Amino acid sequence: MTSQTFTIDGREVPFEAGQTVMQAALTAGVFIPHLCYHPEFKPHGSCKLCTVMVNGRPATSCTLPAAAGMEVASNTPEILDKRRMLLQMLLVEGNHFCPSCEKSGQCKLQALGYELGVMTPHFTHFYPDRPVDASHHDVLLDFNRCILCELCIRASAEVDRKNVFALSGRGLKKHLIVNAESGRLADTDFALTDKAAQVCPVGVILPKRRGFAVPIGKRRFDEKPISAHVAEFAPVAPAKQGEGR
Amino acid sequence: MPEPLATIVAAVTDKHNRDGTRLMQILREVQEGYGWLPPAAITAIARAIDWPRARVESTAGFYSFFHTRPLGRYRVLWSDNITDRMLGNMDLMNAMCQKLWLEPGRVSEDGLVSVDTTSCTGMCDQGPAVLVNYRAIPAMTAEKVERMTELIRKQVPIADWPPEWFLIQDNLRRADVLLNNDMAPGVALAACFARGPADSVEAASNERSWREGVQAHTQGPSATLDEIKKSNLRGRGGAGFTTGVKWEACRHAPGTTRYVVCNADEGEPGTFKDRVLLTRQADLVFEGMTIAAYVVGAGKGFLYLRGEYRYLLEPLNAVLDRRRQQGLLGCGIGGQAGFDFDIEVHLGAGAYVCGEESALIESLEGKRGVPRNRPPYPVTHGFLNQPTIVNNVETFAAAALIALKGGDWYRAIGTAKSAGTKLLSVSGDCERPGIYEYPFGVAVAQVLADCGAANAQAVQISGPSGICLADNEFERRIAFEDIPTAGAFMVFDHGRDMFEVARNFTHFFAHESCGFCTPCRVGTSLLKNLMDKIAQGHGTQYDLNEIYKLNQLLQMAAHCGLGHTACHPLFDTLEKFRPAYQRRLKTLEFEPAFDLDAALSQARQMTGRDDAAAHLGAAEEIAK
Repeated sequence: MTSQTFTIDGREVPFEAGQTVMQAALTAGVFIPHLCYHPEFKPHGSCKLCTVMVNGRPATSCTLPAAAGMEVASNTPEILDKRRMLLQMLLVEGNHFCPSCEKSGQCKLQALGYELGVMTPHFTHFYPDRPVDASHHDVLLDFNRCILCELCIRASAEVDRKNVFALSGRGLKKHLIVNAESGRLADTDFALTDKAAQVCPVGVILPKRRGFAVPIGKRRFDEKPISAHVAEFAPVAPAKQGEGR
Repeated sequence: MPEPLATIVAAVTDKHNRDGTRLMQILREVQEGYGWLPPAAITAIARAIDWPRARVESTAGFYSFFHTRPLGRYRVLWSDNITDRMLGNMDLMNAMCQKLWLEPGRVSEDGLVSVDTTSCTGMCDQGPAVLVNYRAIPAMTAEKVERMTELIRKQVPIADWPPEWFLIQDNLRRADVLLNNDMAPGVALAACFARGPADSVEAASNERSWREGVQAHTQGPSATLDEIKKSNLRGRGGAGFTTGVKWEACRHAPGTTRYVVCNADEGEPGTFKDRVLLTRQADLVFEGMTIAAYVVGAGKGFLYLRGEYRYLLEPLNAVLDRRRQQGLLGCGIGGQAGFDFDIEVHLGAGAYVCGEESALIESLEGKRGVPRNRPPYPVTHGFLNQPTIVNNVETFAAAALIALKGGDWYRAIGTAKSAGTKLLSVSGDCERPGIYEYPFGVAVAQVLADCGAANAQAVQISGPSGICLADNEFERRIAFEDIPTAGAFMVFDHGRDMFEVARNFTHFFAHESCGFCTPCRVGTSLLKNLMDKIAQGHGTQYDLNEIYKLNQLLQMAAHCGLGHTACHPLFDTLEKFRPAYQRRLKTLEFEPAFDLDAALSQARQMTGRDDAAAHLGAAEEIAK
């Protein structure tokens, strides 16, 4: 039934009706860098890491429906350069100190930095003031590392049915908030077993009392680069796309 | 929760039927009643509308005019468009702050007053303008600042301030078919009804609107649509989409109900023509919306009015009330069985991005004004995912005239590709700023001559996201085929520094970015910082190269038009007024943004020192 195809960097990729460019590419084993995309949630296209050129025009591959005959360019020097700039923007927007971060080696932002050869943050740091929230018994929230991908928001709303997280503020002042008048995670019904506790691509939502269980150097993206994990990012059941799982 | 707050929240949420899509109005009315939105108010509102608390806080935190911390019983916001700057708003604001012992952006120790800047408030022809507790006051002077600070210190209620301060001028300088219109309410609608001969049957293009309730005799809607299409009317909000095509797509889209939305979120700095249209021709605008509803089969309409025009809310509601009494809104309009339609004014709260139609719809639904992923487009999936047309104020006004006088009449005005007239909001360095209505095709030089701008160096057309013309381009014409515009026309004479113009616009975009996508959220702030670095004399060629790189990224990867156009003003001025940039640049290859000496300023403040030895450069000199 998958007779239709399009090409990415010259390589032919089959797709099923309703699939996005990102879903088809990952299923075919073609890695497209991404941060806000997650196979289990409806894509919204905010991080823009997955920007590609489709028939010569820029497009966000996680939200763009695949169509037969599309010519998608992804790993061109120009696009890779733009993706590096986007990573650098995220790095200077928050406070990221990889050497002391519990998520080092498991962090997608860091892994993409290595993947794409980001050698410096390049831009001037903003050094935002973002206090951590250690109020919860089991979980620490370190907002310094938040890249505003909204995965925890989507997981908490769609899977956990708790709406623990949301965004407030606008522009560079946009920030993650929790569902409590006090503003403290301890005053929400958040639990370590929530889906929202599992989806953070960086090091914001961290379980307490479980530091450095796997030594640095032996972690997920230490063993092999993020692009080699492509199969893990592919949609779980491509036929069921579009259902609000 | 203190008793008054609980009472206010209960009264306001009940008034709005505890409907979450009305959250923007609920937040504003609670804030108008209590002064600000304390955490307990957010909790109580969330409970009343049965939303998660975090989502209510999310909306409240997005809009500039909602505050979740107290900002003083008097909140003075200075409009900070470049035209206000040119009229001296910064000196006046600083004088006001000095008299009140305040820093801009801070609340006074006694919680009485705060003074800050805000994006253009649409009073460019009568600046410098302020909003005091979101009430517009134009034409500020040193004397008014003096008197205003006295009134604030004495805590005189704003209702008792001199009423003449709140008078807004229309400054109508040139009128054509729209602004000269003196049609009585209902006449254009009657013309629509008359277009349907009683003996012909309309093949209703869909079965799900009010039209299925209409007896099989009305040809009016499709005949009216034909006139709109014939007129070749194009949207007046800037994008210029053909109105007839949009209406037809909505009419044909499947849905259970349809909506007509008038975009009066006139946020583009330098634009104020919708304010004048809504002041002088509100009936024409509402009639255009009603005709649109007749054509597409809508039952409900919204006028999304920008928060800066709060003062227009009561007058507009009075016009709507009168139209209801006249049978021009409500059930069975004009005696047409089944033609039920009403309009509601929905007030925004200080977010430029809501002028983007899908962000506007999100805001109408009570959410953050973040542009949606498109497709699907609003004509099929708009308000509450139903077919919705969103048109500019001026577009609806023109549509009403077309419905009355016919498409051929309208098409004969203007140029071949741009039918009709265009309202221009003229401000800046000219003798007669105000509203000018011209047939499309008018040369920029003609407008400059008419408004008395003899010494123009440049004109910024259609605001910061538009185009900047240098004096060798003044023969170009206002038309979709040459220079399309939403209406802003800001004039800069030869004494103006075009770098400062571009810098002001860059600050605007950084302030108004919704923050959804990475390139715009971070990129607009990086641009702002680069322009500030150049302004402070630390810029080099390296920084200009950085601006070029950021522009490429924003063009390619930004989520919506705000990000795509955020570099326009820089580029136009950089190309056309390069010396304005170059004379600020250092000849070095690179200069760090981090200023070591400035970093010591806090230490100097704490120690009370400001002598030469307390400065880095000077200390080195002394050591030599």
